Amino acid sequence: MLRLPTLRPWGRLPAGGWGSRLPKHSNAERARWGAVMRMVGRRLMAAVPILAAVTFGVFAVAAASPFDPVQQYAGAAGLSASQETLDQLRSNLDVDGPFTQRWWDWLTGALSGDLGDSTSLRQPVSQVIGERLGWSVLLCAVGFAFAVLVGTALGVAAARRKGGLLDRTVTSLAYTLEAAPPFWIGLLGIWLFAVRFDVLPAGGLTDSGSDIVTAGALLRHLALPALVLGLSQVPWFLLYVRQGVADALEEDAVRGARARGLAERTVLLQHALRSGLLPLLTLVGSRVPELITGALLVETVFSWPGIASVTVKAATATDFPLLAALTTLATVAVLGGNLLSDLLYGLADPRVALEEM
Amino acid sequence: MTARTVRTATAMALAAVVLAGAPACSAPGDGDGPGGGTDSLTVGVAQEPETLSPLLGYGKEGNSKIFDGLLTHDAKMHLRPALATRLPKVSKDGRTYTYELRKGVTFSNGKPFTAEDVVYTYETILDKKTNNASKGELDAVESVRAQGRHRVVFRLKYPYAAFAERTVLPIASKAVASRTDVNTGSYNTKPVGTGPYMLTSWRKGEKLSFKANPHYWGGKPKVERFTVAVIEDDDVRATRLRSGDLDGAILPPNLAKAYEEDEEKRTFSAKTADYRAVTLPSGNPVTKDKAVRRALDLAVDRKALVKSVLNGAGKPAYGPLPTDSPWFAKGTERPHDLARAKKILGEAGWKPGKDGIRVKDGRRAAFTLWYFSGDKLRQDHALAYASDAKKAGIDVKVQAGSREVVRPKLDHDAMLMGNGFPADPDFDLYPTLHSSQIGDGWNNLAAYHDKTVDKQLDVARRSRDPEVRKNAYDKVQRALAKNPGYTFLTHIDHVYVIDDKWRGLTTQVEPHDHGIGAGPWWNLQDWKPEA
Repeated sequence: MLRLPTLRPWGRLPAGGWGSRLPKHSNAERARWGAVMRMVGRRLMAAVPILAAVTFGVFAVAAASPFDPVQQYAGAAGLSASQETLDQLRSNLDVDGPFTQRWWDWLTGALSGDLGDSTSLRQPVSQVIGERLGWSVLLCAVGFAFAVLVGTALGVAAARRKGGLLDRTVTSLAYTLEAAPPFWIGLLGIWLFAVRFDVLPAGGLTDSGSDIVTAGALLRHLALPALVLGLSQVPWFLLYVRQGVADALEEDAVRGARARGLAERTVLLQHALRSGLLPLLTLVGSRVPELITGALLVETVFSWPGIASVTVKAATATDFPLLAALTTLATVAVLGGNLLSDLLYGLADPRVALEEM
Repeated sequence: MTARTVRTATAMALAAVVLAGAPACSAPGDGDGPGGGTDSLTVGVAQEPETLSPLLGYGKEGNSKIFDGLLTHDAKMHLRPALATRLPKVSKDGRTYTYELRKGVTFSNGKPFTAEDVVYTYETILDKKTNNASKGELDAVESVRAQGRHRVVFRLKYPYAAFAERTVLPIASKAVASRTDVNTGSYNTKPVGTGPYMLTSWRKGEKLSFKANPHYWGGKPKVERFTVAVIEDDDVRATRLRSGDLDGAILPPNLAKAYEEDEEKRTFSAKTADYRAVTLPSGNPVTKDKAVRRALDLAVDRKALVKSVLNGAGKPAYGPLPTDSPWFAKGTERPHDLARAKKILGEAGWKPGKDGIRVKDGRRAAFTLWYFSGDKLRQDHALAYASDAKKAGIDVKVQAGSREVVRPKLDHDAMLMGNGFPADPDFDLYPTLHSSQIGDGWNNLAAYHDKTVDKQLDVARRSRDPEVRKNAYDKVQRALAKNPGYTFLTHIDHVYVIDDKWRGLTTQVEPHDHGIGAGPWWNLQDWKPEA
């Protein structure tokens, strides 16, 4: 494989990093913040039709769905209920009528703060989300942090010696992991850590016999699902970091740093990693959908009481008021992720014109 | 902005998100860690209730833990008084039921229980705006009135002998529930009742936790804490039982077998009214033929079904009533007799065709049998049934589908159905066999119409004389044996494994839909530690 030629050019080159190139004028900075605000505003405006279209889609799918919400609601009792009872349920649940009308009712209700009632959980939708959102955010945040840390560390290590033993092991492992669905890793994790070694609990938020969520118990119960969710995100990070750092190692700036005789560690972490991570920022936001799908499967496998597991329930129970709200939430998360990564990129690299994003 | 600033900002944002998330979702409750003693019990079940409000159907078969009914069932399924002081006084015409209520009973919030709560509970369930799918069970009720604080009078639309069995239904607190939205309000998740246990937390999809009600009118239960873990997957449930995380669990028979030799665990095989049967619709020229019905009834090998499909945990069924029920008509058991099945078909003009399937007047003896997709047990029953039918020369095509797909087809096609309400024969026989129930929801799917059956079912539901009722149900079962519009296959035992730490554990005869009120822990409040 390619090894960096140890060039030692005589001329003085900038010592890498973009910091030294930043204009230090307060006026320029003010203009930049103005551009940021304008961009956020633009994105917010664009989000309105997107959200409207997405929720409209959910209601259209609901109307086309072959499943009968009344039967789903009634459950086992529905199989011995009289037709009169079923008809009464149908009119109470308000599941008939053109879906455009129901979408409009839902939308106007949602705008005034009323997200409707979940039929499968017999609770207002806002309460369902309020009780569960925190747990999902915690799981996703820890899993994502794990993925970033492990992915970066292994990626840098692999890039250092491209083609080396570590690189080859890590890369092939990453491809294998990328191909493995998270629920499969989840079941494997349960089998390994909960059944074989009996070191971590197989699911839930606390032990079966206990109700209080203590920090220690939470940590033990969070470990396995977060690990699985993190692991499913690692390969992507790792491969990008590896590529980015490897490319950066061949940039002039890095060569220059080497030329000046800086320690390998400094070259790798201060110079190559920095410019290697830059393209990553744009892509972090695009991982949000992946993270959400991962959470859907992981939460279900581990009985994690978050919104992702309830999404699965809402979908199988054709609970459309809940599903519409959760889809909206996921859309907001994706849009927010994209905005965040664009912002970060723009702020990190002054060459990027925010006006064009 | 430098890279370091970006990094710091990201880290801080992440930390803020984590911190903001944590305090917002502290789980409520006041338990104190897992206990290994006899004062707490943790069990694993497959399904979780959709609601804990009796107004939407929770605990309607009794043993709801959080609530009491006016009456309750003992281990032998006899009615006993609970919130009523004795069994109801019934008027001569059988249409007025009067209950005297227990005095000094309080709800777990300290408020007294009165007749108003009973009236509120029944009236709310029957209210058109209440989304209770089981409200049809109270169809007979015309009105319910309080007479003073401690007497309730039910007036029925028609004399209905089985009505008292319905009054095991849990009583909700009017003071608490009436201030919430019946269909979506907090009473569904934070119920307040008079029962032996109080809910301390419910994390949906994970578990329900209860603690003993110290002021329970029946005395404070010895088992102080009760946890119900919801674990859908049978293997995971078995694993968690093995690891000691659970004290007891419901298990499929093949997984429960592993515990039979275990000294520290006991296995309970609960008898049930939970049956599986094949509907033979009158709207299909093949299945409406009495000869075909009788031949199928004889051709199916029920004993082999119990052995292979149920791993021995069950028994052959010849009607909705289990063979060990006191209401069962002795002598209506049918043998497995393939030769006679063939003879009956031959005599009726069904002659074997080229492919071995019988034909009469150019019509093949063939029909479609549906089961709900994903229901392994029904699938196995259906496949075994089809294979037995084939031996007699009847071609049964087995297909899976959802409720929405299956229901419109059932006027012409057969379905593998299941049901079972043990409290009174009327609860199973009337909806399944009475001709007035044809086309009513999922009732009488075979469109079964038999004059004797209709007449005797009406006699049995109106008379309160046990002799008369027994006699009428005997006639119903004998008529059904002559014209089997359903092929009843099996009654299924529910198998539970539990730590051997308590005395006097029993099981009741369980219904088809068995929630947390079933299992050896049906009467948890009466358990005593092993001495």
